[in-house]
Amino acid sequence: MNKRVIARLAAAVYLVVALPLLAHHGGASFDNEKTLTLKGTVTEWLWANPHCFLKIDVKDESGTTRNWNLETGNPTDITPNGYRRTSFKAGDAVTVTITPVKSGAPVGRIRTVTLPSGETLPRQ
Amino acid sequence: MRRHFSLLISASVGLAIFSALTLAHAPAGQGGPPGPGRGPAPVPLSQVKWETWNNTGLRAIPADTNPDGPAPRRDLTGIWDPARGGIGPRGARNPAPLTEWGQKLGNTHNSGDGIRQVPTEQINDPLSTMGDPGGYPRQLLFELRHVQFLNTPQSVVALFMWERRWRVIWTDGRRLPTDPDPRWYGYSIGRWEDDYTFVVNSNGTDERTWLDNAGNPHSNELRVEERWHRISEKKLELTVTLDDPKAYTKPWVALDKLQFVQIPSNTDLIEMMNAASEAQAVAASYRAK
Repeated sequence: MNKRVIARLAAAVYLVVALPLLAHHGGASFDNEKTLTLKGTVTEWLWANPHCFLKIDVKDESGTTRNWNLETGNPTDITPNGYRRTSFKAGDAVTVTITPVKSGAPVGRIRTVTLPSGETLPRQ
Repeated sequence: MRRHFSLLISASVGLAIFSALTLAHAPAGQGGPPGPGRGPAPVPLSQVKWETWNNTGLRAIPADTNPDGPAPRRDLTGIWDPARGGIGPRGARNPAPLTEWGQKLGNTHNSGDGIRQVPTEQINDPLSTMGDPGGYPRQLLFELRHVQFLNTPQSVVALFMWERRWRVIWTDGRRLPTDPDPRWYGYSIGRWEDDYTFVVNSNGTDERTWLDNAGNPHSNELRVEERWHRISEKKLELTVTLDDPKAYTKPWVALDKLQFVQIPSNTDLIEMMNAASEAQAVAASYRAK
């Protein structure tokens, strides 16, 4: 099985898992075959409909800091996965795996996020 | 050939996982707090653990709803959970062909999903980008979550979890208005067609609202029929038929036998608002980059 097939399998898994969480818009903007891991500092946690957003500052290899806009589902659908209005506060150090947008902008969808406590969301 | 093969594998795996998740998302009673959690296998409705506050509902319709019983006569009272079956991200299924007027209006709708999907920063859905009311009948075709029915001597009141909206469905014998001022949630009357089928007819909708999340249009000439059929004490299904000669060439069924399960009447549900400030903040997040 080559890397491309594996990527497609991963994308299929992700799409199926994520579908119930993405009621408001589809995935046309996202590169569903790509995953990025970001280590950064929380600047804002927006607990809102139709989507929650986690904004984090991430320093790249050149030392430049970019603010990433990372979406997840709505509160109703992500609450059973362990997310809360109080899950993040500004200054928290987090590690996030995301599906980035195709455009290269610092925007993505959260796949997993590891909190300062070591807990990873969504809970399995 | 290899490309087709890998696509086929991807699709097959996706389908298999979907099937597994459909089971896994059924209430397992393991307390994925708050509300029923995820688990390895569905369990009977009777074993679902409900939290004191902020339940998010079922993730799948449980196969076993016992103890169940016969449907009571002419009564929808209770809290009904469609278990995410009513989210409708891609819009209504199989809309009838649009008229020229409908096509023209639909072309102005940049939706987040479905046939008019655009990149997120270009979405102009008045519900999700401005916090406008979703309106009716989108209330039935998008984010249809829990519905609670209450009876009064003159009406049936339907309380909707999404947006915390309510509708008064008049059962006092009045007729629909003949020249209604358009309203976000229209005008509704109801009658029992038989002892277990409550039929709701509505008109007077506001054509600023979208029909569904795909940005399908409607006019203020739209007439809607909802058929709420109570199958048993714990099971209910909804069918919605639309007739809008200004926007569509023929009547069509927008929702066909959506399943609901009755959950305990003391279930406290999570608040699921679409606050204007939050919707606008989310839209701004999409447009910021």
